[in-house]
Amino acid sequence: MIRLVGILVGLGFTFVVLLAFGSGALTVMGQGYLVEETAEHAFHEEAHMPAGGYSFDGLMPSWDLAQLQRGYQVYKEVCSACHSLDYVAFRDLAELGYSEAEVKAEAASWVVPGINPDTGEASTRPGMPTDYFPSPYANDIAAAAANNNAIPPDLSLMTKAREHGTAYVYSLLTGYQAPAAALVEEFPDSVPGPGLHHNPYFANLNLAMAPPLTSDGQVTYADGTEASVEQMATDVAAFLTWTAEPSLVDRVRLGWIVMGFLLFATILAWLAKKQVWANAKRKD
Amino acid sequence: MSFPWAKQYEPTNPFMKYLDEKLPLPRFVYNAVGAGYPVPRNLSYMWNFGVLAGFCLVLQIVTGVVLAMHYAANDAIAFDSVEHIMRDVNWGWLMRYAHANGASFFFIVIYLHIFRGFYYSSYKAPREMIWLIGVVIFLLMMATAFMGYVLPWGQMSFWGAKVITGLFGAIPLVGESIQIWLLGGYAPDNAALNRFFSLHFLLPFVIAGVVILHIWALHLPGSSNPTGVEVKSESDTLPFHPYYTAKDGLGLAVFLILYAAFVFFMPNALGHPDNYIPANPLSTPALIVPEWYFYPFYAILRAFTFDFLLPAKLWGVLAMFAAILVWFFLPWLDKSPVRSGRYRPLFRKFFWILMLDMAALFYLGGAHAEEPYIMLSQIATAYYFLHFLVILPIISSIEKPEPLPFSITEAVLGPDEKKAQGDSAGTAA
Ligand code: HEC
Ligand code: HEM
Repeated sequence: MIRLVGILVGLGFTFVVLLAFGSGALTVMGQGYLVEETAEHAFHEEAHMPAGGYSFDGLMPSWDLAQLQRGYQVYKEVCSACHSLDYVAFRDLAELGYSEAEVKAEAASWVVPGINPDTGEASTRPGMPTDYFPSPYANDIAAAAANNNAIPPDLSLMTKAREHGTAYVYSLLTGYQAPAAALVEEFPDSVPGPGLHHNPYFANLNLAMAPPLTSDGQVTYADGTEASVEQMATDVAAFLTWTAEPSLVDRVRLGWIVMGFLLFATILAWLAKKQVWANAKRKD
Repeated sequence: MSFPWAKQYEPTNPFMKYLDEKLPLPRFVYNAVGAGYPVPRNLSYMWNFGVLAGFCLVLQIVTGVVLAMHYAANDAIAFDSVEHIMRDVNWGWLMRYAHANGASFFFIVIYLHIFRGFYYSSYKAPREMIWLIGVVIFLLMMATAFMGYVLPWGQMSFWGAKVITGLFGAIPLVGESIQIWLLGGYAPDNAALNRFFSLHFLLPFVIAGVVILHIWALHLPGSSNPTGVEVKSESDTLPFHPYYTAKDGLGLAVFLILYAAFVFFMPNALGHPDNYIPANPLSTPALIVPEWYFYPFYAILRAFTFDFLLPAKLWGVLAMFAAILVWFFLPWLDKSPVRSGRYRPLFRKFFWILMLDMAALFYLGGAHAEEPYIMLSQIATAYYFLHFLVILPIISSIEKPEPLPFSITEAVLGPDEKKAQGDSAGTAA
């Protein structure tokens, strides 16, 4: 009885799902293609790493502190005009190799919201190491109003919040270009409108962020490195990898210690198993 | 119950003797997972996954309780509190990655455990109750993991919760009321987050209770084995300890290597990047998908795109639940008296087709809802139901099984001249 009902129910579901299949197949045959080709699909490009890669790639990662400091400088001098860094505090900069005094000075170079101790009114004051990076805008409405209705997202977690994070940020920053002639011809609707900029790495090809890194030497690096657009993009993507995952290097290093221990444990477990089971091979 | 030749617990230490009289807990453990539990001598590594699943549950509870000490279930600060765990709490990142990947590995283990059950028909008498309880555990795990994924309150948390609770809206008449009742509002917000946290904390302990029932039910007939032939005599079994503690120990060590590789080297590989974007009810992600372990059922849900008598969405919801509920009926759908797929040539072929079908559903559930993925998932869904509800009942009555070994002893050690010792299950085998 159960099997009879089962067979009927099974055939029922199969019938309905095959009806759906049939109607889908008819639609596909009617239109003559599987998926309508879109500009996003045809002209999107996969993010790629800068030539030479990063010190924190792969299975033996380390931070290149000089690079992180340069990346921080790019964030501070360029990106921070529009993007917040909510989850990072000035004290965290110590991890980039700054001394305690440098961290204090660095914090003090930022203006953070404060309270006037005499009147209790909102005011501003120089930052302290315990403060978090301030937001450039008072709120989302102000941010959108200043940026053609797009809100510049917080960058703290950016490299974890996108597919191929680090490579994506690097590719996005270096990927601005005029739309290809074929795109203009085939998908006139996907040509950037006013206030939008074409970038084949961005999901829908047109974003509201004007190219932030436009000319070599836009930032004068404290360590004297030549600040090509390529170099600045590479460095700031490294910095944002650190802000998103400050534990990355420690994590992988600890991972190897754990692996070593587990490998040893596995060998012991294997030997123990072999020895115990040696007795089981006879018949009693 | 146990086999008559099971070793008895005989404490020699005076304290253990005293304890055995007042609270025989050591005796209980001895009989459950010690030398007092005789187990078929031929269990393969496919029998490791039960113990591993138990380990995963403990792992989730330990890491989860620590996370809960630092987590804040409030929609304004939940996302921040998870970042606080990742950045400021000592070893917080380890706890969180261990918990998030622990959930994935829990499901890997459980799926292998269930597929083992399919192949060796572990669901058949006398083990139906173990199987039924197992399906209940799986359902509870799904509820727990779903609600856990909502807690970090990222984009996928929010939109996943919205889509999944929205499914209840497909139920005619009462659907919308149920959805509002579940969420405590029209869309996921603070009320939903709070109750999900409460339930996410509670359910693992409910699971632990149900696991005890599962093992209790298991200890009545004892474990099955790769031949599917029931235990006949003492030479068919070995005491759980030290034989299977050693074998499970090795399995656990290998499991931990794979798990640690994810936790330490690619902790976000099984997650979705969108969940590092704070929940935003005004911005819909391009692709809303649940965690990977729900993909097969999500693929089945989305396969129904045609209104036939009922709206397509309702068909999808019914089919998704039916896809799991059919597992409850397996003991009665598969009538073959032979358990193990080893001796069932026809069944074996269809089993492997089912595995391919599952693999396809796993892939399709995570794909964009566009062609050709929709059509492929429709075919895969059709096979899924045909397999369990039509093919399985039919092959179990037409198939001619291959000859079974006389006993486990014979299967492992060659001809067994001993007579079966008063075990009636021998004929059913
Ligand atoms: C003039 C303001 C401005 C500056 C300066 C700026 N951005 Fe942006 N950025 C935006 C806006 C606006 C968006 C949102 C774009 C959209 O969604 O269309 C954005 C988006 C982004 C995104 C996210 C793209 C996505 O996938 O959603 C990244 C990454 C980014 N910016 C990085 C940077 C970096 C790195 C810098 C510094 C080198 C920088 N931005 C400087 C305004 C700015
Ligand atoms: C059956 C066992 C369990 C499963 C399958 C499970 C699953 C999950 C999942 C998938 C997440 C989301 C992970 C993420 O993306 O961050 C999560 C988060 C969480 N879980 Fe669990 N969990 C289990 C047990 C527990 C227990 C017992 C507790 C506490 C007593 C707990 C507390 C938490 C907390 C506080 C979070 C939010 C923090 C975070 O997102 O990392 N969990 N759980």
